[in-house]
Amino acid sequence: MNAIEFRQFSKRNGQFLLNDLNFEIQSGYITGLIGPNGSGKTTLIRSIMNLLRPDQGEVLIFGQSYATGEREIKRRIGFVYDEDFFYNHLTIREMKKIISSFYPSWNELIFQQHLHDFELPERRKIRDLSKGMKMKFSLAAALAHEPDLLIMDEPTSGLDPVFRWKILAILSEFIQDGKRTVLFSTHISADLERVADYIVYFQKGQLKFCGSKEELLDVYVLVKGPSNLLQMSRYKDKFMGLQQSSLGFEGLMMRQSYDDHPFGNQVTVEKPSLDDILVFTQEGQ
Amino acid sequence: MYSIVKVVMSMHLSVSLTSGEPIYLQLKEQIKNQILSGELQENELLPSIRNLAQSLKISVITTKRAYDDLEQEGLVTSVSGKGTYVSGTNKESIREIKYRELEEQMKKIIKESQALGLNRQDLTNLLTILYGEENEA
Repeated sequence: MNAIEFRQFSKRNGQFLLNDLNFEIQSGYITGLIGPNGSGKTTLIRSIMNLLRPDQGEVLIFGQSYATGEREIKRRIGFVYDEDFFYNHLTIREMKKIISSFYPSWNELIFQQHLHDFELPERRKIRDLSKGMKMKFSLAAALAHEPDLLIMDEPTSGLDPVFRWKILAILSEFIQDGKRTVLFSTHISADLERVADYIVYFQKGQLKFCGSKEELLDVYVLVKGPSNLLQMSRYKDKFMGLQQSSLGFEGLMMRQSYDDHPFGNQVTVEKPSLDDILVFTQEGQ
Repeated sequence: MYSIVKVVMSMHLSVSLTSGEPIYLQLKEQIKNQILSGELQENELLPSIRNLAQSLKISVITTKRAYDDLEQEGLVTSVSGKGTYVSGTNKESIREIKYRELEEQMKKIIKESQALGLNRQDLTNLLTILYGEENEA
């Protein structure tokens, strides 16, 4: 089952083009959307929320089209956004009353539990909340209407490590029944590296990878060694990204092409992290 | 970053994100060792994949991969709708293989010590000292 499907989706947003995208996000898992700044993450998320309309093609949510079922779809999505969309002059309690009125499935008990757990002062005005507290409030509100799909745009960027850890626990628990789905975008890949099942990787509007995190991390190796090895061009050509200094080189390449022509015992070969992959595939452009 | 968790009564697992070893391998090796050592008994039910993933705060698919590998090696059996059990069938053959590996390593050690001019008594003494220091519990 797919929670989200992009079908022949194209969208031009200013200079920016997402062209003929076809991919899906599986329900029942945590998917991380990654890519450098300006790679299209936010445009993608806004399209999933139907805040931007496609020029061509469509986005299906729970197999339904926004054209016919916008209200029903939106009720089943919990959206956590990294910018303010609250009324600053209201208190948490007042703002909650407004939000909860949109959702027939609002569960006040869940909301109160999170409020307490996140140590959010109900009577404080939104404008007096820190960035991290706003994010916590946004998350508490999103979870309170018991959505089937939780979408978070850069949820961990303004948060301390203690709360980031808590979010991982919340997400793991959220998908426990195997039906609910999480999609989150981030550039803090350490969080994703731990908990994400699937990765969608965008670069300059292009879909570079969509599949399980295990697959992505298996495809590449990180090779480190002395620079003189690179003078043999048959080695150098194989790197997707390469960094050199006076002390040696460090580069990313396909595991397959390394296995075909190993460099010998002068190099160390490691499994890359998501960050390594992001940095080096960027360099390779 | 470490997280350690007690899952079923006799199972103890921990994963490290900084060790460089893939998480699914860490899980697989730990469970495997506990089966071979008898800490996990035949027919014992392992935690569900999603449950274990949640406890360790790791990906469901990573956890599934560890279980799949263990199943391929015949150490566990998954019964659909019920869960994953420790299976006894392959335990002995894997122990046998590990035993052979140990023998090979010891043969190597004997060769190396001969190259250094140590006799059998020297080697036995060395083994007794090292064993005593680190492992006498």
